[in-house]
Amino acid sequence: MSNEQIVHTGTSHGTIHGADDHGHGAHHHHETFITKYIFSQDHKMIAKQFLITGMTWAVLGGLMSVLFRIQLAYPDQNFPILETLLGHWAKGGHITAEAYYALVTIHGTVMVFFVLTAGLSGTFSNFLIPLQVGARDMASPFMNMLSYWFFFTSALIMLSSLFVETGPFSGGWTAYPPLSALGSASPGSKTGMDLWLISMALFVVSQLLGGLNYIATILNMRTKGMSMTRLPLTIWAFFFTAVLGVLSFPVLLSGFILLIFDRNFGTSFYLSDIFVNGIGALPNEGGSPILYQHLFWFLGHPEVYIIILPGMGMVSEILSTNSRKPIFGYMAMIGSLFAIAILSFLVWAHHMFVSGLNPFLGSFFVLLTLLIAVPSAIKVFNWLTTLWRGNIRFTPAMLYSIGFVSMFISGGLTGIWLGNSALDIHLHDTYFIIAHFHLVMGVAGIFGMYAGIYHWYPKMFGRYMNNTLAYIHFWVTFAGAYLIFWPMHYEGLAGMPRRYYDYTNWESFKMFAGLNVFISIVAIIVFAVQLLFLFNFFYSMYKGRKVASQNPWGSTTLEWTTPINPGHGNWVGEIPEVHRWAYDYGKDGKDFIAQTTPVGAGETVNH
Amino acid sequence: METTTVGVDTKWWNGGKSPFNVEYGKLMMWYFLMSDSFTFGAFLIAYGTVRFSSNGWPNPNEVFKSYPGAGEATNAPLVFVSIMTFILIVSSVTMVLAVHAGHERNKKKVVTYLIWTILGGLAFLSCQAWEWNHLHHEGAWWGRNPFANSDGTGSSTNFTNFFFTITGFHGFHVLSGVVINIVMLIMTLLDTFEKKGHYLMIEKAGLYWHFVDLVWVFVFTCFYLL
Repeated sequence: MSNEQIVHTGTSHGTIHGADDHGHGAHHHHETFITKYIFSQDHKMIAKQFLITGMTWAVLGGLMSVLFRIQLAYPDQNFPILETLLGHWAKGGHITAEAYYALVTIHGTVMVFFVLTAGLSGTFSNFLIPLQVGARDMASPFMNMLSYWFFFTSALIMLSSLFVETGPFSGGWTAYPPLSALGSASPGSKTGMDLWLISMALFVVSQLLGGLNYIATILNMRTKGMSMTRLPLTIWAFFFTAVLGVLSFPVLLSGFILLIFDRNFGTSFYLSDIFVNGIGALPNEGGSPILYQHLFWFLGHPEVYIIILPGMGMVSEILSTNSRKPIFGYMAMIGSLFAIAILSFLVWAHHMFVSGLNPFLGSFFVLLTLLIAVPSAIKVFNWLTTLWRGNIRFTPAMLYSIGFVSMFISGGLTGIWLGNSALDIHLHDTYFIIAHFHLVMGVAGIFGMYAGIYHWYPKMFGRYMNNTLAYIHFWVTFAGAYLIFWPMHYEGLAGMPRRYYDYTNWESFKMFAGLNVFISIVAIIVFAVQLLFLFNFFYSMYKGRKVASQNPWGSTTLEWTTPINPGHGNWVGEIPEVHRWAYDYGKDGKDFIAQTTPVGAGETVNH
Repeated sequence: METTTVGVDTKWWNGGKSPFNVEYGKLMMWYFLMSDSFTFGAFLIAYGTVRFSSNGWPNPNEVFKSYPGAGEATNAPLVFVSIMTFILIVSSVTMVLAVHAGHERNKKKVVTYLIWTILGGLAFLSCQAWEWNHLHHEGAWWGRNPFANSDGTGSSTNFTNFFFTITGFHGFHVLSGVVINIVMLIMTLLDTFEKKGHYLMIEKAGLYWHFVDLVWVFVFTCFYLL
């Protein structure tokens, strides 16, 4: 009730209708099903398209992990149902080695690119940037639409690669040559790899179209009064994410173009002195597979920040809103995002410590890598101090945000181990790595995504998700994520290598047989709980409790000044003007003060 | 008379306007060019890495020494590529003049200079086509390198691999630029920009064209001079 009052005082000046300052203003066009739901140019609908495509891939990618976890838990048992599902990929109910490698590869590719890049920043950059900076839509709604459809086509091609006779690509998500460069290397390196490359090339185009739009919108389309230091941290995070994408994906594209030539036109950019069993020595000479690794990780490392930065931004926003406190260290938060963005371009070779990199060069990368701990720690402490003595509301989004911070700490600390090139000699390509990056990037990234979905669901669909289901979803996922990935640290420290199909032949890893069963069972439970989330998501779209108030969370930011179900153009009448920063919570005895409220006489101004 | 609005609002970053005083399309073009320079940068660095880890490399003065109509024994190192480069740089000049004419909203001059720029681009592409064809006849192609290292030892195929890939990628950019300029020409002739009241699109096309020329300077340096 009090929320509504404040919101209304906040937007009262926006009720003057008329002067439409933008071409496609607030009035509704007559829209057909196709222009509204399929080839939509409304950033909110495009965001939902990204989200649902991303969720579809999350289910597929998650299902793949369940399948290969079954193999890891029960390497010597047969499950006839697998043959029913997978055909000759699981002859006799036992997943073949080739299928296992393909599952691991495609799981990695789709989770990193389709779910945590397109599904995460594609969804929330699209949804929140115009709403939070105060714009009718993206700078170029048409390019925005193209961005989605390039992604969709890319996803479709990746999907089709699952059904070719020789199977999808199976050489690992990093697609290192020579496995990726030589069709004769393995069945998955044939048509599956061609489709993988085409799909990824289209994905780069999609990212570029989207990223340019996000940058241009944030810089150029802010409403009156929305200076850069009044932007919510979500927008800063999306901005740096977009810059990282625009500068790192093209390098990946160059790497892929050279790979395409190596595969199809007889070049040897990445190939030298190769001997293939059954074929003999290849004529290729003079190339270097390490060159590919440099090009790949020049994208690959910024990519992990492309995944985590949007989560960081949304978590900052949600923690502050639900602690009813201003974010602690706003400028430090921007500074640390900036520092992370810069450093992310300077650390790629820490993925290559054991690739034959000059150890002297490696020491620089150690230093730069460990430097990332500084801005990361600044962010973590700022989140914790934001929570400190806050009036915390444990909404599902808030729980996921706290979970995000927890995962980021747990996974981040092992990053300090791995950043040391000497330790990396032992830990490289073991389960320790899997534990590290799943916690710090995979699980934290998906927690950021869940936080965002639960928090902005009312804005997306005008309804709430069911809280009870959400709490079950959170606690099982949270406990499950730790139960799955924590034990992997021990396996990795013991030297258990990743990507192996079957560990039963090694005496030293037999002690982990029981642990692997445990991990796999938890993984299946966690996967099942994600289906509960899916049910909640789609059920609530039609049957969820309706949002009655314009600003259900009592937030300060602009998206909550739009109508409950905003049309294309977002605001009815003029776009509101902004008078203050986004974090005036608990100020001057008021629960919160919306960004649209003019600064009162004698009031101190934060930004 | 007081001009109250002159109260020059110098706070460019406070929202409600573009901080760089440009419309979004130009901003996007700048960011795109930055992105594209990373693509070319990656190619050229990859080329440098492989070249400097190789035992030897062919001498460009011995590879690029012919021109159309020249005999077998001609030894005119880098003459033809210099002409190509000159054509491309001149086309940049005509592009500047087209953009300038756009500022003056002089449709006739815009059309003239766009046509010259398009012709320049096509001339460059034709030169490149001839050079590729010539090299192909000498036995060079992706995966085939007939040229020995400058010290006489056998060379790996990476000399031609990189040459065709990178100059091809650049040529593809020039071709796209020519297509963009042709679209601009058609739009100018159809009075699209006159109706809009400005020729900003020509400016954006110009940015792209200059970028493509600038990249050629680096490609030219790396493959023909070094």
